[in-house]
Amino acid sequence: MSSQAVVVRDLEKVFSRRKGLVGRRRRAALSGVSFAIERGECVAILGQNGSGKSTLVRLLSTLLLPDGGTAHVFGYDVFSEERKVQRLVNRVSVEASFFKKMSAAENLAYAARFYGMGPRETHAKIPDILERVGFPSSRRNEAMENLSRGMQQKVALARALLTSPVLLLLDEPTTGLDPRSKQEVQNFIREIRQRHDSTILLCTHDMKEAEELADRVGLLDRGELLFLEPVDDVKARYGVETLEEAFFVATGRTFEDEKTEDDEEREVFA
Amino acid sequence: MASVDVTFNKRKVVRNELIGLYGIVERNVYLTKRYFLWDLAFLLWTIANTLTIVFIADGVNLSAAERNEFATKLLVGGVIWAFLGIIFEIVTETVAWERWEGTIEYTFMAPVSRPVHLVGMGIYAVLYGLVRAAAVYVAVVAFIGISVSDANYTAAVALLAIASVSFIGVGMMTAVLPLISPEKGMQLGFVAQGLMLVVSGVYYPVSVLPEWMQWISKISPATYALRGCRNSILDGAGLAWADVWPLLVIGVFSIPIGLVVFRAGERYAKKTGKLKRSG
Repeated sequence: MSSQAVVVRDLEKVFSRRKGLVGRRRRAALSGVSFAIERGECVAILGQNGSGKSTLVRLLSTLLLPDGGTAHVFGYDVFSEERKVQRLVNRVSVEASFFKKMSAAENLAYAARFYGMGPRETHAKIPDILERVGFPSSRRNEAMENLSRGMQQKVALARALLTSPVLLLLDEPTTGLDPRSKQEVQNFIREIRQRHDSTILLCTHDMKEAEELADRVGLLDRGELLFLEPVDDVKARYGVETLEEAFFVATGRTFEDEKTEDDEEREVFA
Repeated sequence: MASVDVTFNKRKVVRNELIGLYGIVERNVYLTKRYFLWDLAFLLWTIANTLTIVFIADGVNLSAAERNEFATKLLVGGVIWAFLGIIFEIVTETVAWERWEGTIEYTFMAPVSRPVHLVGMGIYAVLYGLVRAAAVYVAVVAFIGISVSDANYTAAVALLAIASVSFIGVGMMTAVLPLISPEKGMQLGFVAQGLMLVVSGVYYPVSVLPEWMQWISKISPATYALRGCRNSILDGAGLAWADVWPLLVIGVFSIPIGLVVFRAGERYAKKTGKLKRSG
């Protein structure tokens, strides 16, 4: 028995949008993506906006159906055994995504019920998990709309952890956060790795974050996974000092290059 | 492949689903508390709207007894429609509301079955709708001075409960519309609701409709709910089998059809990428 938590083979996803009255414009968000993640590993997937990172996370979250290929999470087929996979997976995305008028405690209770946690269980667990992510207990019953973006993201982390996922999908969890909040979230991701039996897939466009947190780093560019290796191997392969340089050598573009019209469209589609 | 056992026994599956169902109702209670003033304004609007309809009876040259009967018929129409409309709306908004809040992806990736999700919305809608309908009824009766001394409220509420099942089923079918078409889905739901309003005899007898519309009225659960409730409120009649059996039949078919339609819509949304907050 191997120790793979995620196995993705030749995954394809194409989106299409209406163009004119009868035409359709199609864009591949993922093209033949294959990789595996070991249990307990933290893998970072780098890529610009529209590169397909979020599509990959949404496929593994059972929110999308593929146009080709397979994906397994701990041996369960993501697309035909979705309920089993859903019990194992949770995610934190770039948008905190809460009922804005409800409090942090109410939002967490709502999420917990879907994972079979009754009021008695969450009564103690919610304050505990909020404390662990550094959320002030005095603001537990305050409406989410009154909380800063950093605070909301802490609640998002608490929501994901509350259900004890063995696979945690982090889709740009620190994007848009101030440096202090970003550091706090990154520290908490480190803590999860140390204290929990969690496998982490981190999608980000922050190369420093990827390098610091992940065991291996992959580059997703225009829907294609160009590599997935330990950072040192990536640098050695391209003969460069930094991941930015590796991106340039691998794609012929800098990470900050202006996007083509095609890239812009892919970003909207994906 | 690393093995993680997620195979639950039946008892645990049922327990988890029931907790999930409770969670849906609980969340809606939280939202009602948080949007209390909005709900209050909506209630006042419904009362005002019902009053404008019931006052029509005062504008017609009728004897006191005829006026009372006509006003009561209009009132029952307005209240029942407010009740059924709110069920329809809440179930239909299952997707639209979560998309607006941005929580749709988290709810749809959670391990709770879709029937439990939709039925949970339906249960809350029935409870909320009953409280609202009672408030509208009491307010309008008190304001306009209608005599409803013969009313059989037990029979009326029982019939509403039976009718609710059908309405939840129809609501499930229309709930899928915002999933398929994020921009136009809600509006299409209102179109379906409006069509039911026209054919069900809410403010006039079904017999005044063209014959082809009368045929459509036979498959609308509102037709039987309105007829039965009018008889219970006006004449104190008990539950009539003639109203109950069509509602049971429509309910038995509409819930499974609603679930199948929703499932198909969810699959389409997952295929086309529409199951996301921004649509």
